Amino acid sequence: MQTLAFHAIDKSFGPVPVLHKVSFELAAGSAVGLLGENGAGKSTLMKILAGYEVPSGGELRLDGAAVRFAGPRAAEAAGIAMIHQEFALAEALTIAQNIYLGHELKRRGGWLDDDAMRAATAQLLQQVGLACSPDLPVRALSLAEKQRVEIAKALQRRAHVLVMDEPTATLTPTEAEKLFELIAQLKADGVTLIYISHKLEEIERLTDEIIVMRDGRFVNRAPTASLSRAQMASLMVGRELSDLFPPKTPRPSAESLLRVQRLSVPGWAEDVSFNVAPGEILGFAGLVGAGRTELFEGLVGLRESRAERIEIAGHAVNIKSPREAANLGLTYLSEDRKGKGLHLDFGLAQNLTLMMLPRWLRPAEEEAALARAVEDFGIRAASLGARAGSLSGGNQQKLALAKVLHPAPRIVVLDEPTRGVDVGAKRELYGLIQRLAAQGLAVIVVSSELMELIGLCHRIAVLRAGRLQTVVEADSATEELLIAHATGTN
Amino acid sequence: MPLEQISRRLRGLGPAVGLVALCLLATFLNSDFATVDNALNVLTRSTFTGIIAVGMCFVIVGGGIDLSVGSMAALIAGCVILLMNSLGAHGVAPGLAVAAGASGAVLIGSLLGFAHGWLITRGRIEPFIVTLGTLGIFRAVLTWLADGGAITLDNDLADAYAPVYYGALLGVPIPIWVFAAVALAAGAVLQRTAYGRHVQAIGSNEQVARYAAVDVDAVKLCSYVVLGAMVGVATLLYVPRLGSASPTTGLLWELEAIAAVIIGGTALKGGSGSIAGTVVGALLLSVIGNVLNLTSFISIHLNAAVQGAVIIAVAFMQRKNKR
Repeated sequence: MQTLAFHAIDKSFGPVPVLHKVSFELAAGSAVGLLGENGAGKSTLMKILAGYEVPSGGELRLDGAAVRFAGPRAAEAAGIAMIHQEFALAEALTIAQNIYLGHELKRRGGWLDDDAMRAATAQLLQQVGLACSPDLPVRALSLAEKQRVEIAKALQRRAHVLVMDEPTATLTPTEAEKLFELIAQLKADGVTLIYISHKLEEIERLTDEIIVMRDGRFVNRAPTASLSRAQMASLMVGRELSDLFPPKTPRPSAESLLRVQRLSVPGWAEDVSFNVAPGEILGFAGLVGAGRTELFEGLVGLRESRAERIEIAGHAVNIKSPREAANLGLTYLSEDRKGKGLHLDFGLAQNLTLMMLPRWLRPAEEEAALARAVEDFGIRAASLGARAGSLSGGNQQKLALAKVLHPAPRIVVLDEPTRGVDVGAKRELYGLIQRLAAQGLAVIVVSSELMELIGLCHRIAVLRAGRLQTVVEADSATEELLIAHATGTN
Repeated sequence: MPLEQISRRLRGLGPAVGLVALCLLATFLNSDFATVDNALNVLTRSTFTGIIAVGMCFVIVGGGIDLSVGSMAALIAGCVILLMNSLGAHGVAPGLAVAAGASGAVLIGSLLGFAHGWLITRGRIEPFIVTLGTLGIFRAVLTWLADGGAITLDNDLADAYAPVYYGALLGVPIPIWVFAAVALAAGAVLQRTAYGRHVQAIGSNEQVARYAAVDVDAVKLCSYVVLGAMVGVATLLYVPRLGSASPTTGLLWELEAIAAVIIGGTALKGGSGSIAGTVVGALLLSVIGNVLNLTSFISIHLNAAVQGAVIIAVAFMQRKNKR
């Protein structure tokens, strides 16, 4: 049993500082919830703990002795394991092969001792409550089962510090319940648990203490039982929620600009109907995997979809490609900024204008458009000739927003518009989105942050397993109500 | 950052600096190098793979590759010679037959390029695989058409066609004019049109381009058609030089064309590239061969080895310039 201490940890990625002198200590066997908004630095701190990142300053201490992990293997050897949001499992290998990957048991002469590994794996699987053969390829497992394999792997490495980053994000309520039972058992066995989740009720249930981070800094720690969820939330945000969101304009009474009737995206969404008026902000809530992103990718022609009827400004339309959608005045901002939103190796102007270029390029006009966008959207760049990849997350996001607005759409779908940006940039983005609505655009915001939807939108639609559950007025919505609809427990 | 931009500029000039240095060295080693005759000779020799490299630049910048261009040139050469011979035999005037053959070359090239593009975009097959397959197919069909030997252009047609390769305008051979025109037009398209920007966007990150409402399939398909047309143009200049097509026609042109693009500073993974660099790359490869011919330090038989060493050296320098 060891105490674990972070001592004045700093971390920068290039010129961008993400952690500032983070210090706190955890007693052996404690269960703490690590709270903070996206971009608060929780994941980076945990990656340092698990050996994936090296701190730029400060040190980790185990039982008072400074340790420095050269990689995840070194951290594992010290008994620290991290269960990722995305699993680090080799799909084609069997469960036993995965659990012993890099730590294979060998017979004399260097030959693999498969029998011993299978037997030990069977025992581990029993321990984590997974009733399947060690010889099953990981590919054949569900997400919840893969997670259990990850935990079994951590147990095999004799981990006594276990970090779990949003472990229930992809689980159904029943699967999550089973996971909680396993966690309780691990706690009873004396494992130190660091639990990251934005679901505050899980934090309440599983942890003894919470540690709050904000903008890369340690902010506060308190016994979990001493705080209400609302208090936890305002500690995370660092100010009253009302400060974060600009005042809402009244919900417009105009005719709907976009009407969608029974839109289906095979495998993801079924018969979803909704409409949005100019000047309105419509939110879409739901769990990961509920089909929100896919629904809108279907709407703009990025995926196969079918609908009974889609109308824009009273005209029936049939959108088969993002090009047609853009020509009709409908654009979509992807949730995946780096993979789908921006060309990181392109300049800012080339990114900004890509959706609508004249046949013969006019560089002077592109530069002028960039200068305007920098002004309008508050994009802060070292120079206008910089590459998009050199911007901070928040400024990249503003550029991505400017990009989907460059074709001057009438309807814009913003998927996770504030993912991975700091609180300051969030506030600016909320202001920008509010301004778009005030200018008469119909705005759809897809977000996993319920507070964001409640603070920003006029109405909120909730999707569960590809089906529309309800559409509620944001003024009467609470996080609990939205979660209840999203999980089907209302 | 101006410093970053300056260093990027300088990096772009690397191949050109290398070319100038090589020319100076060659002049020093052999006084025959820096003559107008030799210069025109080197330039004319570089036009075939140079023109193909210009088309290849679009495909590579767009994240694709075409391994078949050498075989394609051979097949096009065989087909148009057969076409012209048959027209000539039916009493069509030689001039007209040659015009038909020349336009036929561009048309056939475009169609073959379209087939590539269609298989790659609609068929969702890797460009490497598609063009590896057609590399074999094209050359085999030509060999079969030629019955293992050569397909030769009839004499009167060859005479009518000869000026296209051997003729000159203002003292400069026709192929050089064509190469220059093709390169200038291609440079303008790649740098100054929405199409060129879209090609770069797709090569840099296809997903981002797709989400930015770029018609990815159409742009890609078009790049293969452009390359096919360029192979057609190169072939129509090449046919009058020897007046025949055989199984060895255009052998290894694909490697020279790809090498010219890479030496010119275009990354093989796509995303950005330059036509000017590609032209410099093609000239550099051609000058290397010429210098080896004129001097006796290294055997001309090692030509390909020297070219290969240059390619690796250039790739090494590009690697060092990355962070």
